[in-house]
Amino acid sequence: MTETLDELARRLEEALPPGAVITDPVRLRTYECDGLTHHRAVPGVVVLPESAEQIAAVVRLCGEYGVPFVARGAGTGLSGGALPRTDGVLVVTSKMRRILAVDLANRRAVVEPGVTNLAITEAVREHGYYYAPDPSSQQVCTIGGNVAENSGGAHCLKYGFTVNHVLALEIVTPDGEIVTLDADDPGYDLLGAFVGSEGTLGITTKVTVRLSRAPQAVTTLLAAFKDIEQGGQAVSAIIGGGVVPAAIEMMDALAIEAAEAAVACAYPRGAGAVLIVELDGPAAEVAHQFAEVERVCLDSGAFELRTAAGPEERAAIWKGRKSAFAAVGRISPAYIVQDGVVPRTALPEVLASIDRLSAEHGIRVANVFHAGDGNLHPLVLFDDAEPGAGERAELVSGRILDLCIEHGGSITGEHGVGVDKSRYMPKMFTDDDLDTMQLVRCAFDSRGLSNPGKIFPTPRLCGEVPGVRKGVHPLVESGRAEQF
Amino acid sequence: MDPELIDDCVHCGFCLPTCPTYVLWGEEMDSPRGRIHLMKQHVEGTPLTDEMAGHFDACLGCMACVTACPSGVRYDKLIEQTRAEVEREHVREPSDRALRELVFQLFPYPRRLRAMRLPLRLSAGLRRRIAPGLERVNPSLAAMADLAPERPSRVRLPRRVEAVGRRRATVGMLTGCVQGEFFPQVNAATARVLAMEGCEVVIPPAQGCCGALPLHSGRPEQAVRFARRTVAVFERAGVDTIVVNAAGCGSTMKEYAEIFEGIGDGEWAGRARAIRAVDLAEYLAELGPAARRHPLPLAVAYHDACHLAHAQGVRSQPRELLAAIPGLELREIAESSICCGSAGTYNLFQPEAARELGDRKAGRVLATRADLLVSANPGCTMQITSAIRRSGAAPIPVAHTAQVLDASLRGLEKVA
Repeated sequence: MTETLDELARRLEEALPPGAVITDPVRLRTYECDGLTHHRAVPGVVVLPESAEQIAAVVRLCGEYGVPFVARGAGTGLSGGALPRTDGVLVVTSKMRRILAVDLANRRAVVEPGVTNLAITEAVREHGYYYAPDPSSQQVCTIGGNVAENSGGAHCLKYGFTVNHVLALEIVTPDGEIVTLDADDPGYDLLGAFVGSEGTLGITTKVTVRLSRAPQAVTTLLAAFKDIEQGGQAVSAIIGGGVVPAAIEMMDALAIEAAEAAVACAYPRGAGAVLIVELDGPAAEVAHQFAEVERVCLDSGAFELRTAAGPEERAAIWKGRKSAFAAVGRISPAYIVQDGVVPRTALPEVLASIDRLSAEHGIRVANVFHAGDGNLHPLVLFDDAEPGAGERAELVSGRILDLCIEHGGSITGEHGVGVDKSRYMPKMFTDDDLDTMQLVRCAFDSRGLSNPGKIFPTPRLCGEVPGVRKGVHPLVESGRAEQF
Repeated sequence: MDPELIDDCVHCGFCLPTCPTYVLWGEEMDSPRGRIHLMKQHVEGTPLTDEMAGHFDACLGCMACVTACPSGVRYDKLIEQTRAEVEREHVREPSDRALRELVFQLFPYPRRLRAMRLPLRLSAGLRRRIAPGLERVNPSLAAMADLAPERPSRVRLPRRVEAVGRRRATVGMLTGCVQGEFFPQVNAATARVLAMEGCEVVIPPAQGCCGALPLHSGRPEQAVRFARRTVAVFERAGVDTIVVNAAGCGSTMKEYAEIFEGIGDGEWAGRARAIRAVDLAEYLAELGPAARRHPLPLAVAYHDACHLAHAQGVRSQPRELLAAIPGLELREIAESSICCGSAGTYNLFQPEAARELGDRKAGRVLATRADLLVSANPGCTMQITSAIRRSGAAPIPVAHTAQVLDASLRGLEKVA
């Protein structure tokens, strides 16, 4: 640790409860990465605050010493958005996990940032409500992280992303002020700007979420197809026919194999692709739509249809899908989870191109995706013990994003840009676009201390002062990260 | 610590909310993912510091993370190897060393434990506390709790209990250390239930500790010794199935073959594989009911012992057995997959964390407003009982699944 960090750590200890400041190198290293493990950086200091005031104090002290800070919830992000700074402070909100208020009459709840996504639903389920966005990691990921990444999930096709379900935020600005951003406030939509800003505009300390009424009826259908083309055809026909399912998810053969190995989900044997279609709403509407979906699936070549008879069977159908990412660990020593978006109509073409890429480079790709909105999650599998395999996987993974851009899509659907995809930003945006985004950033964080090095490939305009260090970033120096 | 097992972890974090210490403290180092990271650091050359050992010691070994892990990480194996490494490399404080020595020289030895029981007055005290509660709720259960003789001497189980009616199977029965000495009535009930369901029960008197306690505490040599003796004793008894009514013992005995293989002992692995260890509830569910169930009008909360639910995957069977008793209403305990803090020797070595977890569990148990708590592990029973007593709430009687079945099968409510 540098002298500045040493001194800062001492000041932090004075400002925080006992045990809330971690400086032991062995402990610090356990925070070196989030869910994306190929970017690692041991944080200079870790703090575990318990209130907004404590976070504000931490941020003010960081400002005083010109040290960058990064916020982290449960560390499940998949774009390295919570990658620490070796020269900075990692602000972990995992101790702030109280549900502060539940107001069913007004359908809202106020929670601390460390509350998990699923815990909100669990707190109100018995009253017939739930919190709609449902990332696959919902039992682990925190609402603070959801706000930072504007997280989605299988059901965002019908219900929208985090931004559609957050009514107000209390944040600590990069200057250390505690302010409230409310969706009802007139003027610029600062709340909208903050959600999805990946920690670059400040730290969330309190979230007011919208609670949704649990639908009267839910029907979940599992359709098995010979191949992914048939599945894709069914997706287009369902949406084209005017049905908006709550979710419509597809998995290919390799992803099914992984899920079977992990959770024995018992999907139909011999399926080249499975489609999970969930319909919800008033019972009569669901019944009508269900008949339509069933017909479309059969017309598209589905060889087996299963309908969940109750919540348990529904959970069983979803289990395979929800565990798919981590389950791939069962069939491959290492893998990259990619996240990209293509127009739904381009799905078959893009999937065929991914197949070609896979064959060309000898790298297996498992496909899991939110088919309804064209959000792909290709899982690029490789053996990290095999020389060169990692590089080839990186290449394939990157080429998939190129495909997304070529087809008018996006480099990320819901995992965020983080540190992992900042280098793709110039492929999607012009310098002018990026400069304009940086102006927003600078309006909140003129010194560039709040999660620097994320989203943007290069510091521009107001510049990102890399804390107390000058010159080459230590990560770049050690070859663990690259800067463009 | 096997680097390949460590590398299976993809750092997804799905284990975090299931880990009791993460639930308590919210710190990465005290989560399964964080502990695996620490193991990795150690394997890569970082010395085993006091801090590191502290985080390993703080792990309850409840295996909830193994249930939650989508990547199939064998955290159970990893923490076992790590604990052995800690015992080898880490120098403990003299007071800590002395306490550990006392526990490991006492608990796995039924005869020494028996000598301790009278001065501790544990069994008598427990019964005194439980009996009035049971009396109010259901006199038959009170009678059941009083099955143990007046003086807290042990229940002498015969070497062989004949099957009632047509014999459907012959099984061996493990009597355990803590179960046998502190809860002899549970063993008596187990033998009776098995017999009434048509099993001839063989109870070799020479059996001792199965090895679970030392195995879960980083003492593999002692564990292997106990495992060999257990296998040999049941081989001599001529049974190929051992029914176990203590969760921690059952989970270890199911791993015998793997343990022997781990030390390259193929012969003993083969011998271990020839005998099947099975949990009582698991076995009864498989066997199917033969004896008549008499009504027990009780609201029962079922507690998942970690080494039953997580380590053995036995969750539905005890619930089905209980729910099949006429008049019995089964209630779920919120957060049932989070450990009560007993965790073998954990409440002796990590009293503060154990206490916090115990209080948390007691709150959830009391919220069910059940008449009776059913726990299939002696450690959990003692832990939750003491947490409820501490809370100042009216005590809730605690029984083993076997005891509830025993009361129903014998129609005790009519007897009482």
